[in-house]
Amino acid sequence: MILATAHDPGPHGRFGRFGGQYVAETLMPALAELEAAWRAARVDDGFGDEVAALLRDYVGRPSLLYRAARLGAAVGARVYLKREDLNHTGAHKINNCIGQALLARRMGKRRLIAETGAGQHGVATATVAALLGLPCVIYMGAEDVARQSLNVFRMKLLGATVVPVESGTRTLKDAMNEALRDWVTHVADTFYLIGSVAGPPPYPWMVRELQAVIGAEARAQLLAAEGRLPDAAVACVGGGSNAAGLFAGFVDDAAVELHGVEAAGHGVATGEHAATLGAGREGVLHGSKSYVLTHTDPARLGQIAAAHSVSAGLDYPGVGPEHAAWKESGRVRYQARTDDEALAALGQLARTEGILCALETAHALAALPSIAGELAGRGGEPLIVVCLSGRGDKDMNTVAQRLGVTL
Amino acid sequence: MTAVAPAPTAPRLRAGLAACRAEGRAALVVYLTAGDPGGDVAETAAIVRAAAAAGADVVELGVPFSDPSADGAAIQAAMERALAAGAGLHHALDAVAAVRAAGCEVPVVLFGYYNPPFVMGVEAFAARCAAVGVDAVLTVDLPIDELDELRLPLAAHGVGVIPLVAPTSTAARIARVRAVDPPFVYYISLTGVTGAALDGARLAPERVREIRDATGAPVAVGFGIKTPADAAAVGALADGVVVGSAIVARVGQAPPGGAAAAVATLVSELRAALAPR
Repeated sequence: MILATAHDPGPHGRFGRFGGQYVAETLMPALAELEAAWRAARVDDGFGDEVAALLRDYVGRPSLLYRAARLGAAVGARVYLKREDLNHTGAHKINNCIGQALLARRMGKRRLIAETGAGQHGVATATVAALLGLPCVIYMGAEDVARQSLNVFRMKLLGATVVPVESGTRTLKDAMNEALRDWVTHVADTFYLIGSVAGPPPYPWMVRELQAVIGAEARAQLLAAEGRLPDAAVACVGGGSNAAGLFAGFVDDAAVELHGVEAAGHGVATGEHAATLGAGREGVLHGSKSYVLTHTDPARLGQIAAAHSVSAGLDYPGVGPEHAAWKESGRVRYQARTDDEALAALGQLARTEGILCALETAHALAALPSIAGELAGRGGEPLIVVCLSGRGDKDMNTVAQRLGVTL
Repeated sequence: MTAVAPAPTAPRLRAGLAACRAEGRAALVVYLTAGDPGGDVAETAAIVRAAAAAGADVVELGVPFSDPSADGAAIQAAMERALAAGAGLHHALDAVAAVRAAGCEVPVVLFGYYNPPFVMGVEAFAARCAAVGVDAVLTVDLPIDELDELRLPLAAHGVGVIPLVAPTSTAARIARVRAVDPPFVYYISLTGVTGAALDGARLAPERVREIRDATGAPVAVGFGIKTPADAAAVGALADGVVVGSAIVARVGQAPPGGAAAAVATLVSELRAALAPR
């Protein structure tokens, strides 16, 4: 069976007052069917074995836990990196896609659709669609298509149809709108493979459980390597799936601090950021109640605000409802790091460890000095695990551009 | 102490639908996007009044939203025009106030997504709906499971809610609608987004009858009704006929200042097609 975690949000998908099922009536029966199928599959040994076999033989799990000694020395902590960047397709996204695609096949669905921001989830979905022989349509904001052309090309080579979305802000949220429109229209035979812990139930919970392998492995690997739990676990948060997966391994260990790092873009004070938990407010977007970036001036009251981040994968004005609940309870602390801080952290990791990480991941690394400094104040060398959620190849054009280099 | 049943919500809307039934015809429900095209409150109000004068029995006034994930191309485009012109929830409410100030009593259903009322605060939203003369509210992303958080504040102010029923809705889900005592239910005649093509074969008279019996409410049918012939066909089966994307497309094509006249022309053709049965 799937590694079952606690914290089942129940049939209405509630995490405290967050979550819920805020979707058009047309989708409600489909969501009920999906939830029933998921509840049956997750406790079915046969399904769990299928997922585990592909994670091992195809994705390459368990992913390595690597002690980054030179980075650690630079930030003042004993730092371990959970190397999700070494997964097949180069990010944590594939963990979720394997599970959902196998569920789609089990449900007899004949077509996969997905939204994507940076393109990592799109590539992972296109990959599992090819693996299982299912046709696949990826919705991607036209803005992201332009800045992530390499991933667009990869998806097409993998046999997927990539549909650029021209509406709204032409980014991830609009891609999700378009995927929802497709699903509403083809609900009988189509499986919507959501890439984050956002959306209506069962997605926030199902995706967290499918990503919980990150935290479970990291916990066991750290105990083996260090004989103790970390002082802190750190991950970047856009929709929040790699963070939810890492945190799932430690959320019941009260002594382990959990830190989520959002994108502060040009700086939270400029209004051009994606710090949904840090600077947003409670709202309803894409099927659940959570924090959102939303306008509050009279003319635009309740309109969803455009998010900004140098990282396309964090450029989303919503966040998974469980993160909202964790913020509210104080179990996870959230902070935000700017584009420039992320770029600097990406460079630091490259030079100290020889690892090129994704811009999303770089936000988590950018928070390390302050987290390490605070922990060190309590005495001893802090032990920190960071989710290295993805590799940076896809971002090289963006990074070069930001550094003023023409490739 | 015995509990006193609260007065039904939306009396003007219920009376309007009852009058249509007494005439032996389906009600014509016309959808317009508030603030499309120019973002001017007086113009939105003028378009609503023109639709009413041309024979609309109910106006569904769409609140522009940045992420209309259940709407097709025509209504998305209308919402983007309206948002670009600065319209939003306050614009829609102000427009209803202007319609009432001009003495027009056409029942108005506010149609939209949940985030704008939620961010305003459901209590403040409900009070404002009642104050300006909104009769009922249809919220696309509030299924029956989540509806009470908006329905109860609205009901306290006498404003109704309009639930959606889809082809995929199970009998058990449809039955739950009865408890909210809606002025009518909106049956989405096909699985898809607004503006998709009508599939006449799917609209079975038995289906409309089942929904009416299960919910105890009149059934208005929408999605894909574009022409007077479509309206006549659906009107023969349903209690109400909703026309949205076709109207909105006329607004989009109208010359500056010509939207009200363009809407009135199509509304009167649609209305003429709804002859008494």
